[in-house]
Amino acid sequence: MRPRRDIALVVLAVVAFAAAVSLQMMRDRWYPRDDAEREQILYVRSGAALQRITLSFDALAADVYWIRAIQNYGGDRLSGPKAQTKYQLLFPLLDLTTTLDPYFNIAYRFGAIFLSEAYPGGPGRPDQSVALLEKAITVMPQKWQYYHDVGFVYYWRMRDYETAAKWFQKAAAQPNAPNWLQPLAASMLVHGNDRVAARFLWQQIAKSEEAWLRRNAEHALLQLQAMDQIDQLEAVIQRFPPAAGEPHSWNELMRKRVLIREPVDPVGTPYLIDPVTGRVRVSEQSPLFPMPEEPRRLTQ
Amino acid sequence: MRAIRVVAVNVFRESVRDRVPYNLVVFAVLLIASSYLIGQLTAGQDVKIIKDLGLAATSIFGLFIAIFIGIGLVSKEVERRSIYALLSKPVSRAQFIAGKYAGLVLTLAVNVSVMAIAFYVILAYMVWTEPPTIRAGWDAPGMDPALLKAVFLIFIELMLVTAIALFFSTFSTPILSAALTFGLYVAGHFNADLKNFEKVVSSKAAARLARGAYHVLPDLSAFDVKTQVVHGLPVSLGYLGATAAYGLTYVAALLLVSTFIFSRRDFK
Repeated sequence: MRPRRDIALVVLAVVAFAAAVSLQMMRDRWYPRDDAEREQILYVRSGAALQRITLSFDALAADVYWIRAIQNYGGDRLSGPKAQTKYQLLFPLLDLTTTLDPYFNIAYRFGAIFLSEAYPGGPGRPDQSVALLEKAITVMPQKWQYYHDVGFVYYWRMRDYETAAKWFQKAAAQPNAPNWLQPLAASMLVHGNDRVAARFLWQQIAKSEEAWLRRNAEHALLQLQAMDQIDQLEAVIQRFPPAAGEPHSWNELMRKRVLIREPVDPVGTPYLIDPVTGRVRVSEQSPLFPMPEEPRRLTQ
Repeated sequence: MRAIRVVAVNVFRESVRDRVPYNLVVFAVLLIASSYLIGQLTAGQDVKIIKDLGLAATSIFGLFIAIFIGIGLVSKEVERRSIYALLSKPVSRAQFIAGKYAGLVLTLAVNVSVMAIAFYVILAYMVWTEPPTIRAGWDAPGMDPALLKAVFLIFIELMLVTAIALFFSTFSTPILSAALTFGLYVAGHFNADLKNFEKVVSSKAAARLARGAYHVLPDLSAFDVKTQVVHGLPVSLGYLGATAAYGLTYVAALLLVSTFIFSRRDFK
């Protein structure tokens, strides 16, 4: 009896195993897993290695790298202007984070904003921002926000308005894209980088749910407000120049009753005036320093 | 069936005596502490990280239970010589194996259920404390029922790991069983790479060998849908069903082989 039972057990085991393999093959056929994504990840060597080491805990490892990226950025930002290695780890950390968890939306957007930010607020590497966002697009090609963010980096950091307009057009073509993207792309081709468009884009970013994105946008909006104020002040200075041989100064303008007090920027730090040229600028003590590059128009 | 039930209940009671439920306290403390700490460490994304952590912890705690209790299910009885008393009773060796397995699966089911409840309580707290503007930015709702899909597949995966541990336990020492089970667990997660081996090697024989290994080794990476559910990406019921059916059939195959090996062992 026992040999027959043993044979039956073996046969049943083989049948069950064969059934398991058949089910696996059927499932693979009916529900193909994203092998293309694995191919993409192979290009990022260290990320791929990490993904394998972490087995099925890659998303948790991505969280660890995300926290490290935030801490690293915060630490570098506070480390003072002389730190030699400032922001060197930001891109590799964000790259690893997004390789381990390719759907980590906020890591892409964080990179878009802060990798491109000029020194000392960031490493000033818009190319890395674009690389990270293009990686996001390969994973989630229908998310208009990534196209918009690439356009924004080209527009605000690289001053390449034609490329920016193309990316805004691509964003407008995605499902659920807001209706302001198409006119924005069109106006960018005509006007280039004027402050109206800049303000509009930052206002859109200021509506983000992420507090750090909102804070960054609010900071940029204050810088734009300062640019407007500087324009107004320089117009006044041109209208009321000092006597020949005299330097430009706020005291002179207050004495003439053109100004009632020393002008301050939107965060309350006094503006500086160049005594020779009369040009106005934000003080280095101001939280708004350094100001972004002055926008210009493509056509007047 | 009665014999299986009696053995299973005894395994469950033994796991309670072995203080296995203590891990639930550790799990709850880990989640509560991390929900506070993560809020301090990261710029947003707290709920995403808590979800990742909760699902990973469920998986890791379950894995430890499955391996470290599973490897002793049979070998401990043999070492303590209690197997003689057991087999002299009206319990067949097949019933003994089935009962031992069912008992550990019951322990795992209770553990995973309690961890899932604790996980949802923490998520409910986060939903309650976060303002609607922050919640609007989440990829998926805080208390997304879809998380249960990942929990379900984690449980099936743990059932499979338990069956592997029990299988090794029928003929090997506990330490070797633990090493082999863990090795197979790691290999099972690399399995998907074997499927596409022909893309990295030119040898057809090597590619066929790798393809064969893909089918023979447990395909554990298929049970991992944690990333998808956390980001609110769809995981179809068909996929869940097919993967669960694969897992359960593989479990059945392993239990049958375990019974076969165990029934041939001589305890004289």
